Amino acid sequence: MNISTEISDRKMKQRLLKDKIFTNAMIFLAFLSGVPLFLILYQLAIKGYRQLNISFFFEEAPDTMEAMIAVANNEVIPGGIANGIVGTLIIVGLASLIAIPIGIICGTYLAENAEGKFAGLVRFIVDMLQGVPSIVLGVIGYIWIVKPVTNGFSALAGSVALSIMMLPSIVRSTEETLKMIPGTLKEAALSLGVPYHKVILKVILPTGISGILTGVILGISRIAGETAPLMLTALGSTVINTNITEPSSAVPLLVWEFYNDPNLVNMIWSASLFLLLLILGLNLSAKAIARKWKVQY
Amino acid sequence: MESTILKQEQMPTEQKYKENVVIKNPIEKIESPVLKIDDLSVSYGGDKYAIQNVSAGIAKNKITAIMGPSGCGKSTLLRAINRMHELYPNTHNKGGVYLGDENIYELNPIQLRRKIGMVFQRPNPFPTMSIYDNVIAGFNLNGIKLKRSEKDEIVEKSLREVALWDEVKDALHNRGTFLSGGQQQRLCIARALAYTPDIILLDEPTSALDPIATSKIEDLLVKLKKDFTIVLVTHNMSQAARISDYSMFMYLGELVEYGKTKQMFTTPKDKRTEEYLTGKFG
Ligand SMILES: Nc1ncnc2c1ncn2[C@@H]1O[C@H](COP(=O)(O)OP(=O)(O)OP(=O)(O)O)[C@@H](O)[C@H]1O
Ligand SMILES: [Mg+2]
Repeated sequence: MNISTEISDRKMKQRLLKDKIFTNAMIFLAFLSGVPLFLILYQLAIKGYRQLNISFFFEEAPDTMEAMIAVANNEVIPGGIANGIVGTLIIVGLASLIAIPIGIICGTYLAENAEGKFAGLVRFIVDMLQGVPSIVLGVIGYIWIVKPVTNGFSALAGSVALSIMMLPSIVRSTEETLKMIPGTLKEAALSLGVPYHKVILKVILPTGISGILTGVILGISRIAGETAPLMLTALGSTVINTNITEPSSAVPLLVWEFYNDPNLVNMIWSASLFLLLLILGLNLSAKAIARKWKVQY
Repeated sequence: MESTILKQEQMPTEQKYKENVVIKNPIEKIESPVLKIDDLSVSYGGDKYAIQNVSAGIAKNKITAIMGPSGCGKSTLLRAINRMHELYPNTHNKGGVYLGDENIYELNPIQLRRKIGMVFQRPNPFPTMSIYDNVIAGFNLNGIKLKRSEKDEIVEKSLREVALWDEVKDALHNRGTFLSGGQQQRLCIARALAYTPDIILLDEPTSALDPIATSKIEDLLVKLKKDFTIVLVTHNMSQAARISDYSMFMYLGELVEYGKTKQMFTTPKDKRTEEYLTGKFG
């Protein structure tokens, strides 16, 4: 008696059926996990699209009186979120300026000294940092910058808090990327007499560029939607402010403010939609970069 | 041959053969050598030496092959010649290596590696660079400024020397990593040649290549010895027999036998050389 006779036709059919059910169940569940995103997008689009006009991007947030009159007349609320957009650009930009060089240097160090005790400690700290609640980072920004440096709420304080938040993603992606690069590449450069620092800067880092950039962009998308740390640092502002030592608005802060003002509630949808699209866009571009800029070695 | 890896137990102990070292001072065996390895011992740390008391002169414009079973110190010896072994943090060495009258351990690595280039087992072109930039990478990465015309000239000359020019002249600005393995390896040789070194070290340059690519590289090396001195580590005895003028046989970190390739393959002086060449071990 051999196996092929043991598995009868009927059993075989049963198995195939089970396989089919399993596969379809998987597809269905995968689809299900995508549903919330589409529902959210749909909801925001339906409720927010009316608000998305030119002035939405170029005007400051309306005050509550203007909004109340507009709502009473069943008109689109005037004004936009320009103060939030500018604030987000400045705060996130500055945070990136702080975190990217530190993160890349730190990640490179970890990749180059995989075994060292100090490297192990740094790696541990970076992992811990990843788990620090964002509100705590806001407190840190408050203690480090708001009080002693800018003498009041400021964009700079927000940037510092957010830079700490994006650091782990940059460090780890840099480390992981560089570890994958074959050592023979470093040998090739060293055998040409190239000094170590130039080997890192001109050969190793450019080779890992796609992985590093992906980490950077994911780090940016992670902090772009953060609200809690900014409440304790940047605070918010009703006007466009480009001075980093002054309080500044940001898109997620505006969403929070709109929520707290009954007359402005309608602005929540458009502002949220904008934020969500921004972050989706960042994530998609991270994917595109990871694919397009991938260095073949 | 290549596939039989010597088991630890079968390996004769170092002691057993200590007395019958054939060559006492092989530097003198070579007339006016370009490179003199003088009683060189290299350790990767501690007092265990990966190669011990190696002395040898390297003949100018010849191919010298280094053979021996896995782990005998071939790569270590080769790397000690352009100080690539210093990549590992705890290395130290005794004795010296002289290029002309200069002790290479007193030169700075850029100077030294301009004079002694290296090619590795796996082709390793810089993946972010074009074929063109790969060839002149030694200049670019070291911040040596060249005129466009000089660069063009060096690139063409080097690629012609490795017989790659006709294959890639219309794709110079494509990435080097799109080439076949054999082409990549020739590109890496061109990269080493571009610096116009005196000596080129190659560590099993064909072991990752197919037979056709291998024979191309072998032809190339024979042609190149007109202008360069070549030192080649190889696992492949027939390759050593085909292309080398001189051969070294190393065993357990020791240079057991060194001489003209023909002579070594026909009448080896040491029993261990004979055993290795006849495939008894290694
Ligand atoms: N980075 C290193 N650290 C410590 N020991 C090493 C290192 N590299 C090589 N060795 C040791 O030195 C000895 C010689 O190694 P080497 O790589 O020179 O041998 P090889 O003849 O090139 O071998 P193969 O034919 O396998 O390439 C070996 O015993 C090896 O274990
Ligand atoms: Mg080796």
